[in-house]
Amino acid sequence: MQADWWMALAGGALIGLAAGALMHFEGRIAGVSGIFSGLVEPKNSEVAWRGLFVSGLVLGGVLVLLVMPSAFDDTAGRSVAMTAAGGLVVGFGARTGNGCTSGHGVCGVSRLSRRSVLATAVFVSTAALTVAVLGGVS
Amino acid sequence: MSRLFVIAAGTLFSLGLGISGMTQTAKHVGFLDFAGAWDPSLLFVMGGAIGVNFVLFRVSTQREAPLFAPRFMVPTRTDIDVRLVGGAALFGIGWGMAAYCPGPGLAALGTATLKPAVFVVCMAAGMKLFNVVLAWRERKATSEELVDA
Repeated sequence: MQADWWMALAGGALIGLAAGALMHFEGRIAGVSGIFSGLVEPKNSEVAWRGLFVSGLVLGGVLVLLVMPSAFDDTAGRSVAMTAAGGLVVGFGARTGNGCTSGHGVCGVSRLSRRSVLATAVFVSTAALTVAVLGGVS
Repeated sequence: MSRLFVIAAGTLFSLGLGISGMTQTAKHVGFLDFAGAWDPSLLFVMGGAIGVNFVLFRVSTQREAPLFAPRFMVPTRTDIDVRLVGGAALFGIGWGMAAYCPGPGLAALGTATLKPAVFVVCMAAGMKLFNVVLAWRERKATSEELVDA
């Protein structure tokens, strides 16, 4: 097996551990879009843990940048305008479908939720179609 | 103290994203490019994450309550509706366009570069837009009920 596949598996295990930790500590699903959306439209009692988790995400990004700057290589060739438009659709779609790659893809599938299994199949399919239209790594 | 644990969970999540390659846009596009030079890395990431979380979720929720909150907040819905499928379909389109999903986008904010910031701001705008549309639809539904009555 290639080295980056082992890294993918090990990194994935850490993501699973982090999601398990959030459930153990706060009793919450580690669905990043759901957690972040609670900061976009804040409700008093719900802001603290969400803000802390998102701060942790950004802090983790800083640590990764310090140790392994190549982890942020951006070679997919997407323009800023495409990134902006994609971000808008990601935000709207994640709220409409109640989850994203982490909430449905990791946590929901781990719980064997049929809604999440279906959502994951659907978003991987439409994302693949989108890449087929827009083109792969250029 | 409990706050540190929640920050640590977020940090660990990001470290996992970074180590797994998921903070590289080419890893996303490479996985989604089934017709081209397909990169299966994301499958290994999902395998590792689901494998570990599958076990931990079951162990944790055996307890009466989480450590720092009164109860577990786990979704209980099992119905499949148009909103779920349509929302997931849209999410996938946006993911394929941006080559970021929400977790890697937020982690990449740590680089203080333009694209992740643009992605996160636009994602927030998309969520805001959703809330506006939802409120509008609810208002419309209520007024129609009033007319019916």
